Amino acid sequence: MEHILQYFFEYKEAIFIIALSIFLGIEVISNVPAVLHTPLMSGANAISGVIIIGGIILVGHADLSRFSLDLVLGILALIFGTLNVVGGFAVTDRMLEMFKKKKK
Amino acid sequence: MDKVLGIVNGTEFTIGDTLLELSYLVAALLFVFGLKLLSHPKTARNGNLWAFGGMALAMLTTLLLHKNPEGEGISLANIWIIMAAIGVGAVIGWIIARRVKMTAMPQLVSFYNATGGAASALVALLEYPNAVAGDVGSILVTVLGLIIGAVAFSGSMIAYGKLDGKVGDLMKPFMTYLNLFLMVLTLGLGIYIVVSPNPPSEMIWAIYSLLVLSLIYGVMFVLPIGGADMPVVISLLNSFTGIAAAMAGFIYNNQAMILGGILVGAAGTILTVLMCKAMNRSLINVIIGSFGGGASAAGGEQGTIKEITLSDAAVLMSYSQRIVIIPGYGLAVAQAQHIAQELDQLLESKGVDVKYAIHPVAGRMPGHMNVLLAEADVPYEKLVEMDDINPDMPNVDVAIVVGANDVVNPAAYDDPGSPIYGMPIIDAHLAKNIIIMKRGMGKGYAGIENKLFFNEKTRMLFGDAKSSIQKLVAEIKTM
Repeated sequence: MEHILQYFFEYKEAIFIIALSIFLGIEVISNVPAVLHTPLMSGANAISGVIIIGGIILVGHADLSRFSLDLVLGILALIFGTLNVVGGFAVTDRMLEMFKKKKK
Repeated sequence: MDKVLGIVNGTEFTIGDTLLELSYLVAALLFVFGLKLLSHPKTARNGNLWAFGGMALAMLTTLLLHKNPEGEGISLANIWIIMAAIGVGAVIGWIIARRVKMTAMPQLVSFYNATGGAASALVALLEYPNAVAGDVGSILVTVLGLIIGAVAFSGSMIAYGKLDGKVGDLMKPFMTYLNLFLMVLTLGLGIYIVVSPNPPSEMIWAIYSLLVLSLIYGVMFVLPIGGADMPVVISLLNSFTGIAAAMAGFIYNNQAMILGGILVGAAGTILTVLMCKAMNRSLINVIIGSFGGGASAAGGEQGTIKEITLSDAAVLMSYSQRIVIIPGYGLAVAQAQHIAQELDQLLESKGVDVKYAIHPVAGRMPGHMNVLLAEADVPYEKLVEMDDINPDMPNVDVAIVVGANDVVNPAAYDDPGSPIYGMPIIDAHLAKNIIIMKRGMGKGYAGIENKLFFNEKTRMLFGDAKSSIQKLVAEIKTM
C-alpha cells in the first residue's frame, strides 16, 4: 500500500495526464459519423505507434560493443514501431483520399 | 544545446532537455488536434497529416536530444542503426499501405495494430532488466505493458488471419473456461513478478514465460470470436495497443507517449462501444458469446426461390422511378463497385433516381463501404445512411441487394432466436420489388438463413456480381 502511495506521488503529473487524457479521448471522438469509423480507427492506430519513441530511446542507449539478443529485439521493436506509424498514417491517408471532392 | 539552464529537484537541465520536452508538448497537442480533425469528414485528411507531423517531430527530437540518466546523448553509431531500422520499417510500411487493395483495408489495419502491440511488448521486455528490485510501481507498468502489448499483437494477428480468410472460427464449449484459466494464470504470474523481492536479473525466466503466456492468451481470446465481430475486436485491440504504449511512457516518464497512448486507448474504447451500438450488441456479448453457433433460426418453412432473367431485370429497372442499391461485401469482393456506378449513371440518364443505402457495418468495417464506393467515383451525396433511407423504403420501386446478406435479413426484427436479432437492418423487404444478386445460395458472413430470399416480392439474380451487372448494363443499353 505504501508503495502505491509513494508511486502515485512520484508520478502524480503523469497520472493527472492519464486521467485527463481519458476524458479528452472520449470527448474528441464522440459524435463521429459511421462513415469515418474505419479511417478514425486507423488514424488512432497510427498514433499508438508513439511507442516508437521508446524504441528509439532503447536502441539509442544500447551497448553496441558486443552483439546481444537485446539489441536484435530492440531493432525489431523499432522496425515494428515504424511499420505501425508509417503504414498506419499512409493507409489512413489513402482511405481519406477517396473522400475528397472529385472534379466532374 | 548543452548549456545548463537551471536545476529542478536537484538535477540540472540544459537547453536541449528543455527543447526536447517542448517538442513532446507540441507533439502531444498535434495528436489531440489531429484526432479532433479526423472525426469530421471535411478535415479528416488534414487531421491525419497533423498527427503524423507530431509523430515525426517527436521521433526527430528524441533522436537528437534524448539523454540517458547519466547525461549521455545518443551516439552517432546508434543513430545510424536507428535510422536504418526506421528506414526498413518505413519502406515496408509505405509499400504495403499503397499496394494493398481497398477491400483488404480492415485486415491491414489489424496487421498494423499487431506491429504496434509487438513493439510495445518488446520495449517492456527489454526494459524489465533495468528496473530496480522492489520498485513495485515501475515493474507494474512494465508487466502491464508487456501483457497488454503481447495480447494486442497475437490477438490482432488472429483477427488479421480471420479477415483474410486464413484462420477459421474455432469455438468449443470448454474454451470459455480454458480462456478464464489462461487469464488467471497470466495475471497471476504478472502479479508474482511485480511483488517478488528478487532482482529482475533473477526473474528473466518469469518475464519470458509471461510473454509466451500473454501471446497464447491473445490467440485464444480472439479465436472463438466470430468473423462478423472482427471490427469490434480490432477496435478493442487498437485501444489495447494505445494503453500498452502509455505504459511504456510511464517507464520513460515520457508525457507524449503517455498522452498519445491513453488518447488512443480512450478513443478506441469509445469507438468500440459505438460499433457495438451500430450492431446492437454488447461488448460482453461479443467477447463471451460466439456468433453463428449453428442450430439457430428458422429451419423448416423456407418457401420457394424465384429467379429473374436479365432482360426482365433490365426492364424492371429502366421503368422504375426510384431505385436503391444496397451494397455488401460481395460487391467489394467481386470488384463490382465501378460497374455498379456505371449502371447507376445509365439509369440516371433514363430519369431513374438511384441512391445507395449504406448499412453502418456494410463491408467488413464501419465506413468501409463508403470508402470503396468513393473509390469508384460515386458522389458522396448518393450514399444514404440506414436511418435516413429506411422511412423511405416503402416508396422505393426496386431495392437491388448486391452481395449483402445479414444487413437486410428481416430475422433481425422477428426471430428472437437469431444471432442477429435486434441488429438494425436496411428495410429492403419494404420495397415494392427486391432483386438480390448473389453468387449462390450460401449463407452470409454470420452464417444465418435469410428469409428475404423467400419473400414473394424477391427475385434472385444468380452469378458473380460484376458480370451480372455488366450484362445488365449491356441489356439496358440495347433498350
